[in-house]
This record gives sequence, C-alpha cells and structure tokens, in this order.
Amino acid sequence: MSNLTEQPPAIRLEKRPDGVGILWFDTPESPVNILSSRFFGDFAAALDGFEADPSLRAGVLASAKPDSFIAGADLKQFVGLDAAQGTALVTEGHRLLDRVAASRKPIVAAIHGVALGGGLEVALACHYRVASEDPKTQLALPEVQLGVLPGAGGTQRLPALIGLAAALPAILTGSRFKARKALKLGLVDHLTSPRGIVDVAARAALQLAEGTLRRKPRKPTPLDRLAATGPGRSFILGQARKDVLRKTRGLYPAPLRILDCIEAGQARGFRAGATAEQQGFGALVGDSKGKALIKLFLAMTDVKKAGEHLPPPRRVSRLGILGAGFMGEGIAAVSMSQNTVVLKDLTPASLGKAAKNLDAGLAKREKSGSLTRLERDRQWSNLVFSTDTQDLAGCELVIEAVFEKLELKRQILADAEAVLHPQAVFASNTSALPIGRIAEGAKHPERVLGMHYFSPVPKMPLLEIIVTDQTADWALSTALAYGVKQGKTCIVVKDGPGFYTTRILAPFVGEAMLLLEEGADIEALDKALKDFGFPVGPIALLDEVGIDVGAHIARDLGAAFAERGWKTSPAAAKLVDAGYCGRKNAKGFYIYPPEKKGKSGKKQVNPEVYGFFGGPARKSFPAAEMVDRLALLMVNEAVRCLEEGILGSARDGDLGAILGLGFPPFTGGPFRYVDLVGAADVVARMERLKTTCGDRFTPCAMLVEMAREGKRFHED
Amino acid sequence: MSAVRYRGRRAVLVAGARTPFMRSGTAFMDWRSYDLARGAVAGLLTRTRLDPASVDRMILGTVISEPRTSNLAREVGLACGLPQACPAFTVSAACTSSNVAIMSAIEAITSGSADIVIAGGAETLSDVPIRYSRPVRKRLIAAQKARDPADLLRLAAGLKARDLIPDAPAIAEFSTGLTMGDNAERLAKALGITREAQDRLAVASHVNAARAAERGDLARMIVPVPVAPSFEPVAADNGIRGDTSLEKLAKLSPVFDRKFGSVTAGNSSFLTDGASAVLITSEEAAQSLGLQPLAAFRSSAFVGLDPVEELLLGPALAVPAALRAAELALSDVDVFEIHEAFASPVLAIQKLMQDAAFCRDRLGADGALGEVPDERLNAWGGSLSIGHPFGATGARLVMMAAQRLAAGGGRHAVVSACAAGALGHALVLDAIA
Repeated sequence: MSNLTEQPPAIRLEKRPDGVGILWFDTPESPVNILSSRFFGDFAAALDGFEADPSLRAGVLASAKPDSFIAGADLKQFVGLDAAQGTALVTEGHRLLDRVAASRKPIVAAIHGVALGGGLEVALACHYRVASEDPKTQLALPEVQLGVLPGAGGTQRLPALIGLAAALPAILTGSRFKARKALKLGLVDHLTSPRGIVDVAARAALQLAEGTLRRKPRKPTPLDRLAATGPGRSFILGQARKDVLRKTRGLYPAPLRILDCIEAGQARGFRAGATAEQQGFGALVGDSKGKALIKLFLAMTDVKKAGEHLPPPRRVSRLGILGAGFMGEGIAAVSMSQNTVVLKDLTPASLGKAAKNLDAGLAKREKSGSLTRLERDRQWSNLVFSTDTQDLAGCELVIEAVFEKLELKRQILADAEAVLHPQAVFASNTSALPIGRIAEGAKHPERVLGMHYFSPVPKMPLLEIIVTDQTADWALSTALAYGVKQGKTCIVVKDGPGFYTTRILAPFVGEAMLLLEEGADIEALDKALKDFGFPVGPIALLDEVGIDVGAHIARDLGAAFAERGWKTSPAAAKLVDAGYCGRKNAKGFYIYPPEKKGKSGKKQVNPEVYGFFGGPARKSFPAAEMVDRLALLMVNEAVRCLEEGILGSARDGDLGAILGLGFPPFTGGPFRYVDLVGAADVVARMERLKTTCGDRFTPCAMLVEMAREGKRFHED
Repeated sequence: MSAVRYRGRRAVLVAGARTPFMRSGTAFMDWRSYDLARGAVAGLLTRTRLDPASVDRMILGTVISEPRTSNLAREVGLACGLPQACPAFTVSAACTSSNVAIMSAIEAITSGSADIVIAGGAETLSDVPIRYSRPVRKRLIAAQKARDPADLLRLAAGLKARDLIPDAPAIAEFSTGLTMGDNAERLAKALGITREAQDRLAVASHVNAARAAERGDLARMIVPVPVAPSFEPVAADNGIRGDTSLEKLAKLSPVFDRKFGSVTAGNSSFLTDGASAVLITSEEAAQSLGLQPLAAFRSSAFVGLDPVEELLLGPALAVPAALRAAELALSDVDVFEIHEAFASPVLAIQKLMQDAAFCRDRLGADGALGEVPDERLNAWGGSLSIGHPFGATGARLVMMAAQRLAAGGGRHAVVSACAAGALGHALVLDAIA
C-alpha cells in the first residue's frame, strides 16, 4: 500500500548491533504519529522484517517525533466509515496488535509524550512498558469522548493489566494518566528520564529475552479479588452501568457498548471480547451520534485556524482585567500562565476575594500534580492586584468584566482609554450589551470588541468574540489568538442584540416561561429537555444564570425582535421584583439545600414560584411538545443568525450552541440537527406549532428555502 | 577599607519596589524570605513593564539564610520568570547585605559584564531556622549510616535531656559575645548621647515617615501584596506611629542597661519582615528600555572597624571615605539616608563629623568635616519607624535616596549603614541632571 506513493513508511526498523530492533514510528508529513490504515500496513511490514531477522532478539517500539508517542487515530478517516467498514478497520488493527502480543521476541514500548487512544493500545499490546517521567507523558483512552470505543484491544487489555476497578473509570471517562500514576496502576512497568528512554527500553527488552527480567504484575487489591469472582464482577459492572445510565440518561451509546465489550471479555475470554469490540466500534462509528461527536472534535480543531486570513496578532505581555468578580477572576485564572495579568477593582476586599480563589485554584492544581511548585509560583508572580487605573498602562489587551450596565461599561472604557496605548485592544465581556453601543464615544472604536466568556470560565470551553463594523482586523486577530492561548474554542460573530449564543438562548428560556404560564410543571419541563440531551434543564439554567440577568436579556431582546412575534412572559420580571435572583441569592425556581462536605444536596422545586405562573395546579404536557417548542425556537433563531450574517458559518453555530449552551452534542449542534432530521421536517413541525402557539414559530426564510430545495448546511 | 569613584560607563538606578515592611509576627508571619522577595521582584518587573528576559543578573541580600533556599536570588529569579540563563547569587553582609548586593550590581555594570541587574534583599524575622542541639545533630547524621535498630539504640546512649533543647540563632556578636543593643548602649555612653536626643530622633523618624506616607511618597515604592487569610492586598507599612511623642517614648524603660541605660524599645528598630528590589542598569540600557533613571551611582566605600568599641560606627568611616572618592564635601550632600538600627549610631555620626579630633585622628582630615543637618537626614522616615528587615534595608535606603533626589531634593545623596561584624557601607548618588 505504501509503495503507491513516494512517501517514506510510517514505521522503520533500525537493527542495532546488540540484537535489538527499534521500530521507529514516524508518520510522514505530520508533527505527531497518527494511526491509520496506511500506518497499519507499514507496521505489518516492519514487523515482518523484525520477525524474519534472526540477529534480532528483542524489539522496542518508539516514536521519532519530539515529545509525542502516538497521538491517536486519524479521525478524518473515521468520518466516512459505515459500520462494516469500521469493523473491518479495527479488525485489521486487532490482527496487527495480536501479532505484537504474540511475538516470541519480547517487544517493549518506550513511551515519551502522549499515548492516546490507539497509541496507548499499541503500548498495551507490548510485553513491557517503559515511560518517561515527564509532564508531557500522558496516557489515556479518550475514545468515549468521541462517541466511539477503544477499538484496538483497549477494552480487553486495559482491564487485564490494571484491573477492572481501575480500568472502568479510565475507559468510561477517558481520563489521562501521568507517568507516576500509570506506574502505580501497573499501566507501565518502569519510569525513566525522557532522554535515553530508548536505550533503557532496549536494555529491558534484552533482559526479557534473556529471562533475567520478568514483568512484575501489579499486586491485586481487594477490589481486584472481588472482580475475580463471578458475582463480584457482575456487581461492579452493574454499578458501572447504573452510573453510566444516570449520567448519560441512556443518550450516549458508547459507554454502554464499552461495558458490553468488557463484560464479554471478562465472562467469555479475550477472543469474545475482541469480537465484541470490533463489532461495537463499527456500530458506533457508523451511527449518527458517534459521527456527530467526531465531527464536533474536528470542527474544534478546524476553528483554531480562524485567524489565518487575519493580520498577525499583537503579542500580549500585559493583560488588564477590569472587575475582579467571578468572571474577572475566571479570566485571570486562564490567563496567568501566559503573561502579566493586572486585575483591577475598586476595593481591596474584592481583590482579596479573587486573590484567595486564584491561590486556592493554584494550590489545588499543585496538589493534583498538574502544576509544579515552581510553575505555581511563576503564575502567581504574574498577577498584579490593583485599585489603580494607571496600572493598565502598557496593557496590549484589556478585558472588562464589570456589572452589565451600559453606562458603567462606557465609563470604564473611557477611563481605560486615558491610559492605554492607541493600539491596545479593549474587550467587553458582556453576554448581551451591544458592543457598538459600548464603543459609541470611544476615542478608538476600531480596537473595541466583545469577548463573551461563559461561566465558570476555567471549565467552559467556548469564547464568543464579537466584532462591530468598526472593529479592526488586527484587534480581532489579537483577541482570537489570545482566546486560543487561554485554551478556548473561539467563534467570531457579528455585533447585534444578544450576538449569537445569548440570542438563541433567549427564546429557548422565554418559551420555558410561557410553558410555565400555560401550566407546565417545572421538574417535568427540565426533565424533558435533559432527556433530549441538554445537560441542564431551562429552568435550572435560568437559576444558574440569574433570573435578573435573564429578565434583563428577555426585555432587551424582546424589544429588539418584537415585530416578528417574540413573546415574553412578564413573570420573570415580577420574580425579580419579588427578590428572586436564582441560585446566587438562594432564591430561585429551586430550593438549594446547603452544601454538606462540599456536596450539594438534591434541589427541589420552590412551590411559591408557581404563584407567579397561575397557581400550584399543574398540567401535563407531552415531553416531545415541550422539547420542540424550546429546541426548535433555538434552532430557528440559530439559522436566522446565519441568514443575517451574525454567524460566519454553520460550523461556528454548532460549536457555539454545544460548547456554550449545552445543545445536545451528539446531535452535532442546531445546524447538524437540521441536516440530520431534514429541513423539511423542522419546517413542518414549526408550522404546526405556529398554528397552535403563535407567530414566533414562523420558520425563517433560509430554513424554508432549504426545506424546499432539500439542501443541507454541512456537506459532510 | 575600600572606596572608589565609579568611572567608565555610568550605572543608574531606574526603579525600585518593595513589599510593605511589616512588624514580625503580623501580616507576613507565614511567609518565607523567598515569598517576600518574590513579591518585591515580581512587583518591580510588573511595575516597570520590564521584559523579564532582558534581565541579565540578579543579586539579593539576606542575613538569616533559610537552608532550603540558600541561594535565595536564584530561586526567586526562577519563580519570577527571569530567564534560566540569568545568573543570580545571594550575598550576606549583615545589615548591609542589600547595600553590598547593589554595589555588586554597580560593579557589574561599570565593568561591562552586565547591562540590566536587579539587586535587593529580603528578610523574615517571623521565622528563623531553629536547629537541634549539636549532640542530637551529631547522632542524626551518624544514624544515616546505621545498619540495624541496635545501631540506632547505641546512638541514643549518652544523650542528655538538655540536649533536646533547640538551638536558636544567636543574637550576640560571634566575635565579642555582645548583643547589638549592648553595643548601642556602649556607643551612647561613650559619646555622651542622651536619652532625650535618642527619643527625639525616634519621634522625628516616625513623624517624617507618617508625613511621607500621607503624601504618597512611600506608596510609590510599595507593591501591594495579597496575604492569606483574607488575601486583601497589604499596601502600607505597619510600624509607623505618626502620633508618637517624646512624652510617650519617655515612659519606656531602657532594655540593655535597665538602671542607667538610654536605649529603649522606642529608640531601637523593631523586628520586621519585608523585601525590596531595585533595577540598576547602564545609562544606555535605561535609554533603550525607555525608562527614566532616578539617580546615578557616583562612588562607594566599604569599611571594617573594631567590633568591640566601634561596632555601629561604620557610617562615620564609610561616608567620609565615599565622599572623598566622590570628590565631594559633606556640605555638598543634599540627601542623607542613614540606617537607624538604633538612634545612637545616627546621632553618633552627626556628632563625630563635627568632632575635629575624631576627623583628624580617625579620618586623617584637617579638621571637622561639618554638619549632617537634621532636615536633610532621613526626611521620609527611617528604620526606627518604617522598620528594618535586615537584608532588605539597604535597597530601601537607596530607593528612598533616589526618590528624594528625583523629587527635587538636591544634587547629591549619601546612603550609609552600619552592620554586625563592625562593617560600614556608603554610596554616593547623583541626581539626573
């Protein structure tokens, strides 16, 4: 296969005079090693050479790439596969790794850098694993996050190596292990330094061949002994299955398939487990949910290139953050590893609160081993806590995160402009205030843009960057590059009421209010949307966001879009007047029991709230109707945003809705959802709702046109 | 003794930053000198917007070395993002530690071996290394070689109960066995310095510091640092008592000679935690960094004296030596920053500069050198009021002298300090014309 092109093979065999054959992984034209069917072909050829050469007594698998073992499989290859092709692909991988495992000559994996997915499975098939004790060395089977399963023996070999109890969470969540933890688990057998790891692995391989070294299996824990018995195993797997169902509400097939494979292997042996794995992989990769999750991952990678056509970004050596509240503090937390961060607020007390939380966050990361003490101290040294606007001088980027009030934000901008260099970027972290209005009266409106973060900032992956007609390309480029540095997936949208995410969220939450007015039950409504795949129901979400914030947005956007039939319930405003702000003041739709030992108890509906929605008597609505009313309004509004040019692409719209608002990821986002069920179907459902519920369900022109012409938003 | 007029390219002081100076056992109680120094150095970097990568040396002074960070400067450099390639070392010369660090920085620049240097120092007196007694240490070291429990038992033999009493660092001079306070008392008696004169100087120190704090002159040097548990940034020194008075100080009893002495807690500096750092560069480097220098270094003197009779007289020898090297007279000096370890050594230099016999016999001058006028001396407060974290005081003095010059205080400044071991250090600074 590899002879068809001029490319060098992805694996080359180095024959050392001491009798060790080093199989060097070196995927051509790629900075990291990626598994693909081409890779398998080259691997098989290299193994042939290794096995046939009598001068070679032992082998080592090593990466020729700097700081990376094998980064995983070629996901682009997965996108086009149907179930049969998927099964065929991984069956080939199985055959190959079975050869490695069955080799008479011992083969040792020398792992430095990431060994992810198929990369780790290659290492698992070896007879011995040496890993470098380096922060870059991380091992994981993250397939579940992509809606598939480890298809190269991972579901069989990992439990065999580290025990069922440790393997289950690793495969079901895809968590990463550092070298030390991997050694402790028995996932690797020896740790060494990154330089010279291949020599150490070669020595281990020779000693294994000579019989002077034997792999020492991990000492069984009490849980292992339990798992070794039939009933014990059933109990552990049963618990895991219950846990998965509780967390995923049965919406994600991958973790359940994984459990099937593990169970098959445990009960009926490796062969049976391997077969289940090959079939399971095919089923998942051929399914729309698995495909959607893979495409989501590819889109997240793709969107990183958004700044390519822009002028080069300005280097940010000093970031200013105005407002040390929860948002400001969160923005500081994701920036302080990069450069000096000036956190400015009015009072030492609010600075102190932010400093305390930032310190606690760093301490936690140091304790968990994800940060060294020195790195922690370095990051802390980057922080400047200030009450003085003068300290902003020299900032190349300033992000304000003060209270959502137009006048205040304008004032903050004017104060900052007095000390900022004319080419410093000024970003407003607002969820709905139009950036153009904030920039009115600015000395340099060209450097003003929006950077809309989601709360809590360190956890939420999305950053929505908002540009006005006046925003300069260099300013956008700088904000975009900085957002990527903060580890965010950035989408760029045009200024307008609610931008993109808030704009599509508003009718969604607004419809929930209307449903409550019509007599819907709070818990039933939240449950319906969670069963559809949202991580949080609309009412619980409003509590989290703040009812006051929600009411504010509903009023502003309601006014902006009144002419096309937006309907806003007055109840939210009345709730705010009565002192209901949501979770932040412990007065919301739900009652939140106080935290016990850091865990919050189960929340319950606050019955008083129904007083604002026509009294305690509740009606039952079909779940599908509730879901359609909320989700289709969101989808329709998203399409409108594309139609109006607020969104640059359907891809950005999908990313924004999934990563920012929790739109069910396995649907692929609002646009992929339309592609999946068909625009005609969406239009038909909306037309029906329009007749029963009103004009707000009028499908937008773009949707109608796509339905008429049978078009799709995404080609693939 | 050595004194030198700096020639060749000029070294200039560009900026300074320090943590607030806090009475020991208060806000910085749980901080190591490493944490304090990080606060000052990181503050200096962020305040000047200096790219850490441009720094090519760091020198810090400290007196009581924490064994885990014995090269304090290197650890702080790594933690503050200075380049790995930037060498850093730590000096210890008692209360002149950071004066010596600054002198080394100047020498590195005038000699051409560095362009941009951070110098400073840090001290915590809230925590000092307290050791096991020698008999216990001896056995612990031997225990590392023990092969079985029987060996360990044998080691325990001969250990006495009193060996378990920990060994705190000595406060007395190693060479003479006298404490600093004893020496301050001896000095006052030898020169006939009255209790009232000492208290008057202490009051002046507090009042001057309080006024400077009120004007914002101190805040310009202070980097607010967030400290647990509240993490509210600490932004001001906490030893300054602007409301003190001669009457209040008169009520305190002498500490070192309870019957006939004059040195009290009120006219001695108190135990303090803090750190300070200054940025010293060549004139050209300052220009290319776009930073406006505050002062230029003209000369220095570093002297040693008799540890019994002259322990605290360092400035009386170092200042004339530095001025002679600088080709300046005492009357040319507009700004004096003289370390107030106690009131008595400061009053001593004022007295001795006007003492023809001392100037002739000890300094080889023709006669009395003249006055150190009160109004030019420590006009923004001194160690008696602001505090005295040993290793950090020298850089605080230099920073203050430069700020006073830059604020229009005159053309020449002298910075001087005495130190344990009978050392004296002096620097002469020129205003930037």
